[in-house]
Amino acid sequence: MNLTLKIWRQNGSSDKGRMVTYRVDDVSPDMSFLEMLDVLNERLILEGDDPVAFDHDCREGICGMCGMVINGVAHGEQKLTTTCQLHMRHFKDGDTITIEPWRAAAFPVVKDLVVDRSAFDRIIQAGGFVSVPTGSAPEAHSVPVPKADADAAFDAATCIGCGACVAACPNGSASLFTAAKITHLSLLPQGQPERESRARAMVEQMDAEGFGGCTNTGECTAVCPKGIPFDTIARMNADYLKAASK
Amino acid sequence: MAVTGAVLVLFLIAHMLGNLKIFLGADSFNHYAEWLRTVGSPALPNRTVLTITEIVLVVCVVLHMWAAVSLARRAAKARPVKYAAKRKSQANGYATHTMRYGGVIIVLFVIWHLLDMTFGTVNPEGGDATPYARMIAGFQPDRWWVALFYLVAMVMVGFHLRHGLWSAFQTLGLTRRPRVRSTLQTTAVAVSAVLVIGFVSAPVCILIGVVK
Ligand code: HEM
Ligand code: SF4
Ligand code: FES
Repeated sequence: MNLTLKIWRQNGSSDKGRMVTYRVDDVSPDMSFLEMLDVLNERLILEGDDPVAFDHDCREGICGMCGMVINGVAHGEQKLTTTCQLHMRHFKDGDTITIEPWRAAAFPVVKDLVVDRSAFDRIIQAGGFVSVPTGSAPEAHSVPVPKADADAAFDAATCIGCGACVAACPNGSASLFTAAKITHLSLLPQGQPERESRARAMVEQMDAEGFGGCTNTGECTAVCPKGIPFDTIARMNADYLKAASK
Repeated sequence: MAVTGAVLVLFLIAHMLGNLKIFLGADSFNHYAEWLRTVGSPALPNRTVLTITEIVLVVCVVLHMWAAVSLARRAAKARPVKYAAKRKSQANGYATHTMRYGGVIIVLFVIWHLLDMTFGTVNPEGGDATPYARMIAGFQPDRWWVALFYLVAMVMVGFHLRHGLWSAFQTLGLTRRPRVRSTLQTTAVAVSAVLVIGFVSAPVCILIGVVK
């Protein structure tokens, strides 16, 4: 199939940037979205142009590097799917596809579609860990975890830190990411000692990074490729309120 | 947002229940209005309770608007560059996306409403008539557009609360478990629906002549 792409091009963080239109012909429906961009880039390189910069690593939906906003939807309209796992069979011959980077003050554009998500790393550094002395692994049965808690903690832990939640949020809030990271620790016994200080530190770091405030619109969980549940935000709020009321 | 919104919801429930007294006749309704002014007397001077309620309401509305404006300003700062493609809502929440301008419409309604029912400035009977007379005169068929405005405003309030109530539960961290979450979702819908129906019933019945 033949496609028209409107892609955000921005040569470095100080460039103003603009949308540029490209044609890509003979796209196979079996290609992934990133492979389709690879085809475009090979042609741009042969023609002596600058290829479109985009982030990617695993290309199997687990590293969280490949985010872009496709036709106004983070990772495209296919639910529970990262951009690298999105296949061209979901598009039609003759389609025009708009491709933009995540838009958030806290995620500055590095080049074209690549944004700097270090703000997420700093939120994790503020408290997204458990301080345990290292040593040999303890006997697995010594700390029982209820199955429901283990499952909910694991669901939250599947967050790949891609940032789609921020990109989709009309408020530019990072609540779903932060809540996922808080929840997967706060549901497990190992996370209890630092539960409240963790929530407080991570929420404060999130605010300090310039993300917006959550108004519970639910856009985040609707685009999240890992289906991080909305309940995690309630859990973050509960832990935070408890910490703040002391 | 959640705390001031909750106070306003409690007020709305009381206000709606009070309005239903219109169906019990002029005396009942006027006595109720009188009671609102004299409750607590002679221990307290007249209007003490009413004035305190009014002050609490004004403070809540102002703080609620202040919180809404700061959230909107934070949102604008958090996304300085807009998307070129029209952002398609993936969460299909009509109520969710009308909170901000819906809130503004509600406040404009409240201003009109106070001029109409409290001060009587825009009411055909004026401020000196009994509350019952003002209410009946306000919604006569030749002033159908007033009743229509009230109707539209109440539907806006319904949408505002449909999202607002459940959003408040989430903000306060009550929706952690899927079961509780769906119960509270249903509660938000039910409370909003009951409030809208309760509020709308009086103007509609006056408009069609059931209450005279
Ligand atoms: C004065 C005009 C008003 C404005 C500008 C306004 C605006 C807002 C906004 C922006 C939100 C947060 C949005 C969100 O959660 O997505 C909100 C929440 C809410 N509003 Fe209003 N509103 C107004 C009036 C009212 C009134 C009259 C009531 C009650 C009758 C009310 C009840 C609520 C409740 C309960 C919430 C939920 C709080 C939360 O999210 O934690 N609002 N309002
Ligand atoms: S919560 Fe979902 S959308 Fe947000 S960073 Fe994690 S995986 Fe990505
Ligand atoms: S490239 Fe790793 S998730 Fe897409």
